[in-house]
Amino acid sequence: MLSSPVTGIADALRRLGAGSIASVARLGYAARFALAVGRESPAAFLRLHLTIREIYFAGVLSLIIIAVSGMFVGMVLALQGYDVLQRYGADESLGVLVALSLVRELGPVVSGLLFASRAGSAITAEIGLMKATEQLSAMEMMAVDPLARVVAPRFWGGVISMPLLAALFSTMGVFGAYVFGVQLIDIDAGSFWGNMKAAVDFRFDIVNGIIKSVVFGVAVSMIAVFEGFDASPTAEGVSSATTRTVVESSLAILALDFVLTVFMFRGISQT
Amino acid sequence: MTARSATIPLPRLLAFFPVSDASVAASLPTAARTEIAVELANVTFGYDERPVLTGISMTIPRGKVVAIMGGSGCGKTTILRLIGGQLKPQSGQVLVAGQSVADLDREALYTMRRRFGMLFQFGALFTDMTVYENVAFAMREHTDLPEELVRDLVLMKLHTVGLRGAAHLMPSELSGGMARRVALARAVALDPMLVMYDEPFAGLDPISLGVVGQMIRRLNDALGITSVVVTHDVYESLKIVDYMYFVSEGKIIAQGTANEVRASADAFVRQFVEGAPDGPVPFHYPAPPYREELFARA
Repeated sequence: MLSSPVTGIADALRRLGAGSIASVARLGYAARFALAVGRESPAAFLRLHLTIREIYFAGVLSLIIIAVSGMFVGMVLALQGYDVLQRYGADESLGVLVALSLVRELGPVVSGLLFASRAGSAITAEIGLMKATEQLSAMEMMAVDPLARVVAPRFWGGVISMPLLAALFSTMGVFGAYVFGVQLIDIDAGSFWGNMKAAVDFRFDIVNGIIKSVVFGVAVSMIAVFEGFDASPTAEGVSSATTRTVVESSLAILALDFVLTVFMFRGISQT
Repeated sequence: MTARSATIPLPRLLAFFPVSDASVAASLPTAARTEIAVELANVTFGYDERPVLTGISMTIPRGKVVAIMGGSGCGKTTILRLIGGQLKPQSGQVLVAGQSVADLDREALYTMRRRFGMLFQFGALFTDMTVYENVAFAMREHTDLPEELVRDLVLMKLHTVGLRGAAHLMPSELSGGMARRVALARAVALDPMLVMYDEPFAGLDPISLGVVGQMIRRLNDALGITSVVVTHDVYESLKIVDYMYFVSEGKIIAQGTANEVRASADAFVRQFVEGAPDGPVPFHYPAPPYREELFARA
């Protein structure tokens, strides 16, 4: 039997309404989850070895990808920047261009995106699989709260790792630009470092970059632990949750970066 | 072992070793000072609008091994989750040692769960820990016993299930039967008053099946615990249980001792015991008439 156009529209509206309600309910659940993680966070620091272990998995094991990526991004920035700057005879400002780009934007953002792909997805998959194999239920039945034992240490491990990785990314980027600019195309090393030191402001540039990376760390880690904890306990559910972590984290980083940049650097041109 | 124990302060030992049943009983309300470990009184539960249990009542006496049997999806595991407080009944009461589980706050529920052990269907061992660490997990979480004593206790538990030599292995290196035995050692690590088994026989080879079955009975009797076994394995259950409940479509449709079940003329029980494909539990999922559906397009 064919449905009438009215029935079709009613069905579509019903689905839209159900979808909207489900989205709002999930958002509310996520907010309650975040509060619960905050409540259980002291446990992550009282048993520091659990958090240190997660810093190792989220941070230390991400060092290679962050260092290599940072170096290549710095070299590409130097290559592209030199091409433009030398047209105006400002090639000695290459160090400034690279350092400000990395410290203000690319360091926190690109390392955040890499962190979400490498560590965020791993955290989601691990927690999701623990749920699918009833390890979280087993913990609950042993009177051990999974939020305190599993989730909070992973969340704080990510939050602590992220700014350190962003700092490493920026450092390796500057080093890559130095290798390309000073060692390969003979820009004066004194100008490269001197101009950089004069232009990069600790308060406006470095501290703001650190703040950005901490915010991205909180966002990515919270999304990763939530998606893992909320995953359907099936192979497909864990796979979807892992994908959602990468997509949501990437979008959150880019959106938060815009908002933070607007607030952090809006008055800088007048100074 | 004795010398080491003597050096441990009494409060720390008391924190680990469960108090005796007599002192527990004395601290409970009068109604709870019975021989009933678990009682479900007219319990109804459902997910969303789908009913799973409708008006279930059962009693599980202290020190007994009681099986809850039924086909897949009949609500057996839900009963365990209700007893463990992971789910709350929509109506009715679940009483453990006389206390209504649904009325407990988080702290009281966790205190009660410290006296539970649970064996999950596929073991649910923590995959990032060795066998030793899995068994030591609850001891380390809930007590501050010195590591030497934890070591001795873990080795004793593993010896009971015949896997002392596997203490250093990771769960991925164990067979299904071994994983189930490790999970059993972990479930009784803190000498619980109640152990719940969720499909302990699923997917095991005949030897492991017999070993796990005998272990459930032996641990129950040796430790004086109460065991609730959720399973659909009739033959293995008949060898070890004191009492059986048969659940179908959210209701208890038969119950009795092992001998009563063997002699039962009830159609459902007979189908279950004989493993007949069709009977009160139909082989076919509800569907329109076969002929009608095949020729529907013609």
